[in-house]
Amino acid sequence: MAEAMIEFQSVTKRYQGGQPAVDDLTMSIDQGAITVFVGPSGCGKTTSLRMINRMVEPTSGTITVGGEDVTSVPAARLRRSMGYVMQSSGLMPHRSVLDNIATVPRLNGVSRTDARRRAQELLEVVGLAPSLGKRYPSQLSGGQQQRVGVARALAADPPVLLMDEPFSAVDPVVRDELQKELLRLQRDLAKTIVFVTHDIDEATVLGDKVAVFGVGGKLAQYAAPEEILRAPANDFVASFVGRDRGFRHLAFSPSDGVTIHEVSTLTPAELEHDGGPPDGNWNDGWKLVVDAGRRPLGWAGPGRATGAGPVMVPGGSLFRKGETLRRALDAALSSPSGLGVAVDAEGRVAGVIQAAEVLAVIEAGRRVRQGAL
Amino acid sequence: MDWFLANSGQVFTLAGQHLALAVLPMVFGLLISIPLAQVARQSKALRSVVVTASSLLYTIPSLALFIILPTIIGTRILDPLNVVVALTIYAVALLVRAALDAFDSVDEDLRQAAVAMGFKPVARFLQIDLPLSLPVMFAGLRVVSVSNISLVSVAALLGIGNLGMLFTSGLQRDFVTEVVVGIIAILILALLMDAVLVLLERLLTPWTRAGAAPGAVAARPHAGSGASPEKTGPAAAAMRLSDAQAGGGGA
Ligand SMILES: Nc1ncnc2c1ncn2[C@@H]1O[C@H](COP(=O)(O)OP(=O)(O)O)[C@@H](O)[C@H]1O
Ligand SMILES: [Mg+2]
Repeated sequence: MAEAMIEFQSVTKRYQGGQPAVDDLTMSIDQGAITVFVGPSGCGKTTSLRMINRMVEPTSGTITVGGEDVTSVPAARLRRSMGYVMQSSGLMPHRSVLDNIATVPRLNGVSRTDARRRAQELLEVVGLAPSLGKRYPSQLSGGQQQRVGVARALAADPPVLLMDEPFSAVDPVVRDELQKELLRLQRDLAKTIVFVTHDIDEATVLGDKVAVFGVGGKLAQYAAPEEILRAPANDFVASFVGRDRGFRHLAFSPSDGVTIHEVSTLTPAELEHDGGPPDGNWNDGWKLVVDAGRRPLGWAGPGRATGAGPVMVPGGSLFRKGETLRRALDAALSSPSGLGVAVDAEGRVAGVIQAAEVLAVIEAGRRVRQGAL
Repeated sequence: MDWFLANSGQVFTLAGQHLALAVLPMVFGLLISIPLAQVARQSKALRSVVVTASSLLYTIPSLALFIILPTIIGTRILDPLNVVVALTIYAVALLVRAALDAFDSVDEDLRQAAVAMGFKPVARFLQIDLPLSLPVMFAGLRVVSVSNISLVSVAALLGIGNLGMLFTSGLQRDFVTEVVVGIIAILILALLMDAVLVLLERLLTPWTRAGAAPGAVAARPHAGSGASPEKTGPAAAAMRLSDAQAGGGGA
């Protein structure tokens, strides 16, 4: 059992006497883990987060961090001990990237030279080129700005990170990268992270634990993401998690039982001289096109020689060996040939997987769980 | 032209006096307006009081103000201080609103971020609100600069030294050249002041001119595959895209 870092005890917040934005919240947030607050808009996630660093004062109840009541520490000092990242990067447009990252150490009285040196190191930690340090924030892409935001939050090496929808405004591909990056960072840093999102997918990908907030600022369920997907506590959670929660839940199941079959491949050069599929080919004549390093490029369709179909069609998503059943099933279902492409850690083709076999593994897993009940 | 060359010394002296009478109120106006605007931002009621009062102040005719002020603040009618005080009042009337707009122009999210990072109010004001309000503030200052330079010449009617005296004496003597020189001199002064303000703004706000640099859009590190791009291009791109989603690792 992990140790508690942040505790809410019967915390309620009403703005100007209206309906509570947060209603009698009692929860304990684990040290060194990522806890995600998720829920529809207006359900009190931001308010709950901001009560931790006292940007919002609770109407009643207490919050402790590391066992100490947050009101016992001067607000500015409390805030400097917690990194804060928000949706709009919140970077200061009139300061260089480096000086933005150096902000909190500078407030703490660290010399400019030392603070900048640390900032320069942090650029690399968050995966940015050192040369970007001299730019102004407006000269970076949205994804790069969010990385700078994370670097800035880490600069004073605070034990706690508060993140309010930090990746919501970037496009899905970049968001995916940023999520992976955060998980990678967290493996090294083991901060206590409270992460707010309205996206259940993001919550289940990032969270060690997920708190689902319902309308009126009530905590609807607080559990490991897998449990929330498998056993939603009530109708509200079930509908918030969505109809495809069964599919999402596969993201927590290992793909060990899935067989990887051999596949016939050809290079683009060979494709030029390929006579087309012989009759009775086992896979309707689909062949995987790979580059010289055996990385997948696409599928050569069965109609390629006769001109009845395109020469090559784009492939679906890739399944990296060792990934979850969700990736495996998605790779198989998204492939034009009906065969999911499996690759090794270097991205080279390892073989193909079949949707029917993935489903069989899923079904076998369900039987095992049923037997255990 | 001959007249100007013969009297250039006098014109320059008057220009110097004119400049001082225009610039001093601008500086005082700024020093008063900024804290006043900060106070006005505290509540909606205060804000509307300040905005209304500043509009009313600006409607007082300048000549009337030059004449009334001595009886209020106990100066002699010929004291240049009257002009400085009167123009400071006008400057405040204009600059309070400019300052309000200027502080409004600072991104609220950024203020929140500053609070979250543990800025105390004074540090936040000096390091964030003030520098970021400069572009809008300077727009206000440029209006005040032109307005002051033209208002100063009114004070010449009372015999207070400035370029406006070239109008009054030119008119009395029915000497058009002197009036024309006065107009041109005031025009040049106004243009010079404006140029100085523009230059100052450029110096103080370098970040506003930082265009989006090359490579601002995150470059993907994948190398092209080479062979027959017409065929492999789109397919390879699609594969790479799905590769990134499947966890190709960070940039
Ligand atoms: N400063 C505020 N003043 C008044 N009401 C607020 C304020 N901030 C948030 N609220 C209200 O409190 C509720 C919860 O808001 P918030 O915590 O921002 O939700 P979320 O982050 O989950 O979208 C909403 O109904 C919102 O309108
Ligand atoms: Mg929110």
